[in-house]
Amino acid sequence: MGEYIWLIPSFPLVGFLLNGLLGRRMPKAFVSWVGCLSVFLSFLFSVFTFFELLRLPPEARLIEVDIFDWIISGEFVTRVGFRIDPLSIVMCLVVSGVGFLIHVYSVGYMHEDPGYPRYFTYLNLFVFMMLILVTANNVLLMFVGWEGVGLCSYLLIGFWYEKDSASNAGKKAFIVNRIGDYGFLLGIFLLLFSLGSKGVWTLNFSELEKNVNLLNENVISLITLLFFIGATGKSAQIPLYVWLPDAMEGPTPVSALIHAATMVTAGVYMIARLHFLYNLAPETMFIVALIGVLTAFLAASIGFAQYDIKRVLAYSTISQLGYMFVGVGVGAYAAGIFHLMTHAFFKALLFLGAGSVMHALAGELDMRKMGGLKKYLPTTHWTFLIACLAIAGIPGFSGFFSKDEILWKAFSSNRGSIFIYILGLVTAGMTAFYMFRLLFNVFYGKERVDEEIKHHVHESPKIMTIPLVILAILSIIGGYVGVPHVLGGGAHFEKFLEPVFKVPHEGEIHHPLSLEIGLMVLSVVVALIGIYFAYLYFLKKPELSESFVQKYPNLYRTVHNKYFVDEIYGFLFVDNLLRFGRFMKNVIDEAIIDGIVNGTGYFLRGLGSVLRFLQSGYVQAYAFSIIIGAILVVGYLLMKVTS
Amino acid sequence: MVEHSYNLYLLLSAILFTIGAIGVITRRNGIIVFMCIELMLNAANLAFISATGIQKALEGMIFVFFVMTVAAAEAAVGLAIFVMIFRLKGTISVDEMNLLKG
Repeated sequence: MGEYIWLIPSFPLVGFLLNGLLGRRMPKAFVSWVGCLSVFLSFLFSVFTFFELLRLPPEARLIEVDIFDWIISGEFVTRVGFRIDPLSIVMCLVVSGVGFLIHVYSVGYMHEDPGYPRYFTYLNLFVFMMLILVTANNVLLMFVGWEGVGLCSYLLIGFWYEKDSASNAGKKAFIVNRIGDYGFLLGIFLLLFSLGSKGVWTLNFSELEKNVNLLNENVISLITLLFFIGATGKSAQIPLYVWLPDAMEGPTPVSALIHAATMVTAGVYMIARLHFLYNLAPETMFIVALIGVLTAFLAASIGFAQYDIKRVLAYSTISQLGYMFVGVGVGAYAAGIFHLMTHAFFKALLFLGAGSVMHALAGELDMRKMGGLKKYLPTTHWTFLIACLAIAGIPGFSGFFSKDEILWKAFSSNRGSIFIYILGLVTAGMTAFYMFRLLFNVFYGKERVDEEIKHHVHESPKIMTIPLVILAILSIIGGYVGVPHVLGGGAHFEKFLEPVFKVPHEGEIHHPLSLEIGLMVLSVVVALIGIYFAYLYFLKKPELSESFVQKYPNLYRTVHNKYFVDEIYGFLFVDNLLRFGRFMKNVIDEAIIDGIVNGTGYFLRGLGSVLRFLQSGYVQAYAFSIIIGAILVVGYLLMKVTS
Repeated sequence: MVEHSYNLYLLLSAILFTIGAIGVITRRNGIIVFMCIELMLNAANLAFISATGIQKALEGMIFVFFVMTVAAAEAAVGLAIFVMIFRLKGTISVDEMNLLKG
């Protein structure tokens, strides 16, 4: 069975080829079945492989299969090969499982879209690339997946390419990602050459882990930092987060799959996968955690003043990704991956719920034109509520366990610090606030829906609500695989991942249990305060929030405009780059390069116009010059002979 | 004594050649230019014959046969060209022929 792990990513590839080549000529049912079934088969296979792994003793839980030699250059050999260990199987399950639910949802959501086969083609290609990313056994193949998901993200953001904003958002996402990928690529080169100069030419994860001690500490810091730049691009962290909110131009299920559940978590996965490098680079780890918590805080604050429900969710995603980076940054890789998993459940659910609302309201996104939808959309409402409770970290829901694990590790582990913990805690309260602001504005309170649309408000069809319900269940129970010891659980998730991360237990400071419980209570209280304020400001006394806006108009405008980061980037980078590009075009290309080429022509023509006077056309003039020449030659020869 | 007379032949050859060359440059009538060219060729022939006498070798003679052959062929082609030019332009004055002016 272990030999066949390469089948996991290949089902969606087959789906991609079938839909891509035949989809347009086939009925919609064919496209839907191929699209969903291929991902479902991957999911089934992942489940089988998961149980296969469980049967093995913990230390032996690693299946590695090389398919064929890919690049051979001297001593350096890269193979296309796959690797299944507890970390990658968790990712496989999340990607194919959540991916499958979103595929099913898409069948309902995209039903009337003329680009239906194209949509499923891209979606299958995405799942294929994502599975390559998480199952690759070397950095280079991982990079292939990394680029592949970036491509699919671009294609799907710009899916409605007739819309200017959509195609621009796609380009923005792609370009910003390229900046990060450049860092990633440099990291790969540096890693390859610095190990190669020690005589080890490899990019295979297991071999890298074995030989990592050969590397100099500074080089590791630099490598990890470069990889982290790649992660900031893909996972939308400061300073490269700006593409993710714009990525909401894509279809909503795409936002759920790519820009919430899977692709954007690739950076977290990559750091966890290269944990052996990051463990040796404490400075980079600190930067990772710091960037993570700052991003979490900043994005959460922007979420306060957005009215587009998908944009609120996008900032919430950025913020939650920040949490994951805090987790991996303080060395709590298992906690980071745990949050990645629970986040995939509840954030996918939130996005699909938002999609369901949009579906009901004919594409309306502005929460000021919603409200009171609870009674029209009962299923969407209660699944959305569960997701909000989960993301806010209310005990009993999955987000509580994972977020609290990260906060606790940020506080307790020797890599963590009190600053990161406090900022994380504040952000947790802010998260609760803006999520419930969204919930109350959409589902409760006064009905502000346009009269015309109101007649058509309807609950989504079964094919869309069933994935919602499944995800809602997962959002609740997903956390129970990792209940911490302090609450009487077994921390199974952490234990499952332990063989991968080989957590060093020595040197850890042991904190009293009461402290852990106390902090847990504290974070719950903070979350509840956040919810209470949201209730106060947006449900009980909506005039309070209006008066707040009037009292601090500048603050409100700054936050509403996302701290003008896009404008600053535009001013600093985009404008200057455009200016540089124009300079290159006008001066370097047109004036200098073209000048040289045309100048050569002009020069020769000028030379010719001088010389052409010699060609008079008179035979006698030629004869004369021949004779003069002959006389000169003969004269010269005579002089030579006589002298 | 004998060598001295050969030098006289060479001198005559040089004079004839110079006359021919000056004629080629200065005369306007195509036919006369042509005749001057013939004159130059025959001056060369005379030089060859003289050289044969000096060297006591036959190669010079053989060159003369070649030169005469070439001169005959050239005269045939050249005159034909002049006939065509005359038909085209109504004159064979070399001044008028500057179609290849750059």
